[in-house]
Amino acid sequence: MRIERLITMANDIATYFAVEPDHAAAVGGVRDHLKRFWDPVMRRQLKTYLAEGGEGLLPLAREAVTGLDAPPADAP
Amino acid sequence: MLSIVEIDYGTPKSRSETMVALEIDGQRIEVPEGTSVMRAAAQAGISIPKLCATEMLEAFGSCRLCLVEIEGRKGYPASCTTPVSAGMKIATQTPKLAQIRRGVMELYISDHPLDCLTCPANGHCELQDMAGVVGLREVRYGYDGANHVYAKQKDGTANPLFAAKDESNPYFTFDPSKCIACSRCVRACDEIQGTFALTIQGRGFESKVSASQDNRFLESECVSCGACVQACPTATLSETSLIDKGQAEHSVVTTCAYCGVGCSFRAEMKGQDLVRMVPNKDGHANHGHSCVKGRFAMGYATHPDRITTPMVRSKISDPWRAVSWDEAIAHVASEFRRLQAAYGNHAIGGITSSRCTNEETYLVQKLVRAGFGNNNVDTCARVCHSPTGYGLKATLGESAGTQDFDSIASTDVVLVIGANPTDAHPVFGSQMKQRLRAGARLIVIDPRRIDLVRTPHIKADHHLRLRPGTNVALLNTLAHVIVTEDLVNETFVASRCETEAFAKWRAFVAQEKYSPEAMENVTGVPAASARAAARLYATGGNGAIYYGLGVTEHAQGSTAVMAIANLAMATGNIGREGVGVNPLRGQNNVQGSCDMGSFPHEFPGYRHVSDDAVRHSFEEAWGVPLLAEPGLRIPNMFEAALDGSFKGLYIEGEDIAQSDPDTQHVTAALTAMECIVVQDLFLNETAKFAHVFLPGSSFLEKDGTFTNAERRISRVRKVMEPKGGYADWEVTQLLAQAMGYPMNYTHTSQIMDEIARLTPTFHGVSFEKIDQLGSIQWPCNEEHPSGTPVMHVGEFVRGKGRFMLTEYVPTSEKVTAEHPLILTTGRILSQYNVGAQTRRTANVMWHDEDRLEIHPHDAEERGILEGDWVGIASRAGETVLRATLSERMQPGVVYTTFHFPGSGANVITTENSDWATNCPEYKVTAVQVTRVTQPSEWQRRHRAFTEAQEALLEQSVKPA
Repeated sequence: MRIERLITMANDIATYFAVEPDHAAAVGGVRDHLKRFWDPVMRRQLKTYLAEGGEGLLPLAREAVTGLDAPPADAP
Repeated sequence: MLSIVEIDYGTPKSRSETMVALEIDGQRIEVPEGTSVMRAAAQAGISIPKLCATEMLEAFGSCRLCLVEIEGRKGYPASCTTPVSAGMKIATQTPKLAQIRRGVMELYISDHPLDCLTCPANGHCELQDMAGVVGLREVRYGYDGANHVYAKQKDGTANPLFAAKDESNPYFTFDPSKCIACSRCVRACDEIQGTFALTIQGRGFESKVSASQDNRFLESECVSCGACVQACPTATLSETSLIDKGQAEHSVVTTCAYCGVGCSFRAEMKGQDLVRMVPNKDGHANHGHSCVKGRFAMGYATHPDRITTPMVRSKISDPWRAVSWDEAIAHVASEFRRLQAAYGNHAIGGITSSRCTNEETYLVQKLVRAGFGNNNVDTCARVCHSPTGYGLKATLGESAGTQDFDSIASTDVVLVIGANPTDAHPVFGSQMKQRLRAGARLIVIDPRRIDLVRTPHIKADHHLRLRPGTNVALLNTLAHVIVTEDLVNETFVASRCETEAFAKWRAFVAQEKYSPEAMENVTGVPAASARAAARLYATGGNGAIYYGLGVTEHAQGSTAVMAIANLAMATGNIGREGVGVNPLRGQNNVQGSCDMGSFPHEFPGYRHVSDDAVRHSFEEAWGVPLLAEPGLRIPNMFEAALDGSFKGLYIEGEDIAQSDPDTQHVTAALTAMECIVVQDLFLNETAKFAHVFLPGSSFLEKDGTFTNAERRISRVRKVMEPKGGYADWEVTQLLAQAMGYPMNYTHTSQIMDEIARLTPTFHGVSFEKIDQLGSIQWPCNEEHPSGTPVMHVGEFVRGKGRFMLTEYVPTSEKVTAEHPLILTTGRILSQYNVGAQTRRTANVMWHDEDRLEIHPHDAEERGILEGDWVGIASRAGETVLRATLSERMQPGVVYTTFHFPGSGANVITTENSDWATNCPEYKVTAVQVTRVTQPSEWQRRHRAFTEAQEALLEQSVKPA
């Protein structure tokens, strides 16, 4: 998928959670949202993108994606 | 004319719980206090003659037929206007009463045509019945004198009292010669619909019913809801279909397939031919009322454009080939399996429909999860109310509205935000107006001056005319006032909500940046108005919030839903009658399609696919392993199609090529796929990109259930055979079988039984129970055996209510020098969604094109006059519409509807979406508007493409 679109979407989520005063909760919020609502293909693509530098991702999004488990091997 | 099967008790039911005993014709009767003598008698099976009375309306006491004698009282009081009292002794039949009634009837009939045998109401005419009941045998006055019956007087000159039929309305005919001036039509328009379009003009014998200022009906303020037609005791106002076809011989209760109000109707039938739709007086959502769509706009169901034969083609530039069902289904199955073999299991998916039944949407998601073996299923709620699902689940614990519609009867302050009920949810809009006329206060939050702001006998206390895209900012200012002016319901919050989350929220909204004064420049709402509105909502008694797509279809749609839930919790306006958070759903089964597990991450009942216990229960029932990971949402599917990983799509009853944003992006994605299967009534915009067309069935052609905005599950009942041979659920089942996944339902009730077995909130639901109760509001289970009108009583579904932080984040869609105006979109009363149904009815007489509404100031700056062609350009695309100058708009904001495909409203909307759910930001698009002389390039391409596709369809119908 277009990585630009995934970056925007991840940043939108991070922007929502940025207001959370508890930083760990904010990171967890973004991460949990990605895990619960994003198809594994999209998660995997975003992880790869981050591993390659992740330009354009907001700090909170980067942090959340860093700790995001890789989708299981049998997932799409 | 009333329904052919309903009994009319003459006056409305009393809600009192105190019982009163009295005696009527020697029979002892007990009825609630406040009941009329007429109704008390009717409930005991005693019919008192009547003409001006009907239980849909308040007693009027004008016809003087329902007179009775009451022991110890003088004279002959009208039974409709006389309430019962303890110990009353009433005689309904005495020689004196008989004499009076006969005299009254003689006068009525002396000015009424005697053409009963050729009259549309013959056999169901209340005047005719009453003539029989009172024993009218002669009319001594003759017709030679003044009358309304004949066009000419005895001397051959024109009769000044006579008025010809008014046939201007396409759905009903007004024949003044048959009018008895009972005022039932006028009262129905006032009391039920609340439009006040009709009046009795003139006095004495010259009294006549008049629409607006003596206009024809079509040109008057009449909104064609038909309440007057239903109320008319004679054939003065008759459905044109009744005049054409004659009276029905049987009647079947079913549920409307238009908006999320979900009105109950009696389909009055002659065999398999629909004569007319009459709203069901016992309908729990609508109580016998309807709108122009539900009652009248049924012509699409039998329209010649219906495609009733399956069709196949290998490329969208090929002509369609009409094939048998077997061939079509086998073709789809083999194509889908081929695509999965070539591109992976993940390469196909399905879209369920908010216009199909619960059972049908359940089957489509089951086919995708169990048959396709992935979770790539989504529904059009993605583009309307997905933020409601997310926001209400996060705060309250359940993805649904909290009340029933009737709850508004106990509401003191109505807060409407981003909804236009009088256009989009007209029957509930009328109920809301009834409550407002009875004294409830009103706050409207909307960029446009919607009708509700100022309508007969209603004026909003506050219209907060905010800038599009600033809902969250404004809601935060309301919260700020509530928190900083000590208006929080501390007792409620302390006992019902999470303490820590509340404390965090309180500090968050109390920040000075969210004061109405600080936000004034952002929202455009004067601080004093915001403060006054917040105070009214917090302190005015029972406060109820009603919202629609003006809240959800934003980049911060989910945030705004949570902000609304926060307001309700902070003021304790939740968990009882008269309050709550009420999403008004767009389509008939938006709630149901979401309930049924149409979202890629959720099983039926809003349970995440990663929940092992839930997933195992479905694996056991369905006999296959299921994925624990969410699948693709509709916009993700488009992206995946464009990158070549998503190749096949089964679309049941949706038109994504017209309804979804950024049309050119959507059609590019559709073009990139190899097998698009559209199941629909018509060759819609999406079907023009399809490789297989499977004929769909209308709601008149199948059994099932719809769930409306109140979580009310109502039956849809088949009144005619499917035109294409199969109901939609049967088609899905055939496809599952062909793909090797067994489905063997023989009736839709078995599907509901399976849903009930697997879904805790539906455990108690069955067709049998719905038939017994009329309708059921889920949750319906062991705890709530008769359903749940009001949710979160005593405790929230999630336990404690959770306040969520709702930072205002301005949308990235900003006005610039290039695109200085904001476009927002919406709908109109007479048309429905993409218009596939209503465009194929006479409703086009009210709205035959989408226009751009623009403020006169913006128009003047651009040299635009009323009716000019204007180009509307955004960063996504450009389209051309005619302009309408309107002060309903605020300067800087333009508006259009999206009911006609050629309008291309969604060519302009962008890919921006809600952060949580990807619900598109339809309501905010930066545009420029300029005068032009020709259609846009997209429109020219669209027209050429449509013509080509219609030609390909034509070729299939007539093979060489």
